[in-house]
Amino acid sequence: MKSTARRQSYGAKRAPYAFLIPATILFALFFALPIGYALWLSFRKVKVSGLGLGSGARKEVWAGLENYTDALTDSELLHGTLRVLGYGCIVVPVMLGLALLFALMLDSEKVRLAPFTRLAIFLPYAIPGVVAALLWGFLYLPDVSPFYFVLDRLGLPQPDLLDGGPLYLALSNIAVWGGTGFNMIVIYTSLRAIPAEVYEAAKLDGATPTQIALRIKIPMVAPSLVLTFFFSVIATLQMFNEPTTLKPLTNSVSTTWSPLMKVYRDAFGEGDLHSAAAQAVIIAVATLLLSFGFLRAANRRQKQEAAR
Amino acid sequence: MPYAKRHRLVRSAVALVLGTTALAACGSESADSETEAGPASLTYWTWTPGMDKVVDLWNKGPGKKDRITITVKKQASGDTLVTKILTAHKAGKAPDLVQAEYQALPTLVSNDALADISENVGDAKGSFADGVWQQTTLGTDAVYAVPQDIGPLMFYYREDLFEEYGLKVPTTWDQFAEAARKLKKAAPDKDLTTFSANDSGLFAGLAQQAGAKWWTTSGDQWKVSIDDAATQKVAKFWGGLVEEGAIDNQPMYTPAWNKALNTGRQIAWVSAVWAPGTLTTAAPETKGKWAMAPLPQWDASENRTGSWGGSSTAVTTDSKHQGAAAKFAAWLNTDSEALNALAKESGIYPAAQNAQTSGAFLKPPAYFSNQADFYTKAADIAETTAPSAWGPNVNVAYTTFKDAFGAAAKNKSDFGAALKKMQDDTVADMKKQGFGVAR
Repeated sequence: MKSTARRQSYGAKRAPYAFLIPATILFALFFALPIGYALWLSFRKVKVSGLGLGSGARKEVWAGLENYTDALTDSELLHGTLRVLGYGCIVVPVMLGLALLFALMLDSEKVRLAPFTRLAIFLPYAIPGVVAALLWGFLYLPDVSPFYFVLDRLGLPQPDLLDGGPLYLALSNIAVWGGTGFNMIVIYTSLRAIPAEVYEAAKLDGATPTQIALRIKIPMVAPSLVLTFFFSVIATLQMFNEPTTLKPLTNSVSTTWSPLMKVYRDAFGEGDLHSAAAQAVIIAVATLLLSFGFLRAANRRQKQEAAR
Repeated sequence: MPYAKRHRLVRSAVALVLGTTALAACGSESADSETEAGPASLTYWTWTPGMDKVVDLWNKGPGKKDRITITVKKQASGDTLVTKILTAHKAGKAPDLVQAEYQALPTLVSNDALADISENVGDAKGSFADGVWQQTTLGTDAVYAVPQDIGPLMFYYREDLFEEYGLKVPTTWDQFAEAARKLKKAAPDKDLTTFSANDSGLFAGLAQQAGAKWWTTSGDQWKVSIDDAATQKVAKFWGGLVEEGAIDNQPMYTPAWNKALNTGRQIAWVSAVWAPGTLTTAAPETKGKWAMAPLPQWDASENRTGSWGGSSTAVTTDSKHQGAAAKFAAWLNTDSEALNALAKESGIYPAAQNAQTSGAFLKPPAYFSNQADFYTKAADIAETTAPSAWGPNVNVAYTTFKDAFGAAAKNKSDFGAALKKMQDDTVADMKKQGFGVAR
């Protein structure tokens, strides 16, 4: 009897680890291993000798930090980052501003047809990014766009949306169109979670709907705003679909327009997996630092406010 | 006695038959690992549409006899497939047969992905023009692929609109420039054509016509001459036309480009022999209004063209049945039945010379029904194709072209500077990789 009891307790101690095994294996196989392999690749390079024809002319050798120094001194990568940041400065405020505005409007008492409106605003999110970019791409091309036809008929100026500054607006527009709905739903859901008593108290105190929105609703959904901001920043840094889809339509988008496009070009256009791996690692680290830095700052502020 | 005699005879005959089969089996077995065909099941990566139907002919005919079965795995075209082959080759799992564009062959050979099949397909050499065949040997004694299709450059123009604006079909590039200017004057909203920076192959073909040899070898070193005098001439010519606004600077293959061709806003296109297929989808309403002429020349006394596109069938080093695979590659690209099927099912323009004026090529393409001698003319033009010289990092040169010339076309700035960037980036990449580079 005693031995069984001991065995049971032993088994009970082991049980959590047994439950962890599947997750650990999956994590190791599909997460840690690929990342480890990318890291390994990023420290190596291909060395060719002579004409490089025939077998044995190509060897993989240790490169040390060479790929990293190359990537960090690469002006194209820097310019790509700056372009993406410029784009992010337009997209993130506009998209989140609109999402918050729509969520507040849907949450107000006077709204009619709320379910339909909510679905209508959310719908673009259901359209795959590439399809959305193609769709807008057609609308941006003067020769095939109905907008330009109308502008032409009205005698209004017809800006080239696929060039220079307007290109940023054109790209931002695609992201805003596609992303606003999702962010709105996130904010709207947390608005619905605010208890009705809070509003009642505010109303008894004589607060107007605008005051309720500004003083109660927005502060109370701040965590959702932080979350959506966080997601949007990451999505901006990982920008790839829209410029890649628009690239064939215009001379203004190069193959290295965004950092990820450069990674893709180096890996699959020029066949240099090693420097592409190094750049990917740098982008991942930068994204991590940026987003965790931001989360940390946001948390600290919330704690301070809670303490007040 | 007669019985015994006969018995013995039968016995020895049986023995003889058995012996020879055993011998034959022996023979095929010993060679099987290297060259001889045998029961083999091979995979073939290709982007050619309708290739499965052509392969069916093999599997039911010559393939059945030799017990070589081919399975087609449809792939994305061009550079994407090169990357995929190299990745598969790294894992030792490349398919037996692959389709590869000519300019990709050095890259693949340099990665040791393609097998030397000279022993098996050497006889096929006679079926192809020298300039085409030479692309599969890389100037060595080896043969790395069998040519499948070619894309000699030609000049396509709207016959009716040329007449309307009193334009002469240009036979030299000077006349081409004149025609562009004349049209711009007569109809400012129209363009003769566009300079597109989104397909490097066309520019490479135009440079090839002018006599450029971008990659050459001497001893143990590569020599890169992308910014040689011939290519500079080509770049300055097109850059000049873009700068003065005589032609458009927007990329090809966009909805806007389709519309420009379809509505006659662009009235000519420098393209290859496969253009009828593209025009059929891009400009369906102008069917029968186009005509084809040889490419304008740099010197009236010359008669040369370049090529844009074209591909070959190659056998990989990972294949365990290289001999069998090579046998299929040779059949596919030299057998008249196969070539007929390729023309019919896939619409390719064959590299094999005798196929260029037979079978499916007796009649003009439907889009050019007004030009009865389309393919006779095309075959004549194909014969004037200038030799080309590809190197191991064509992909780098091509992506640099897209960015550098895209920016130059957009800003209407100096194409010479863009060409220099193309040269510099290509050389820098080769040096970085460790290739011997002479300058």
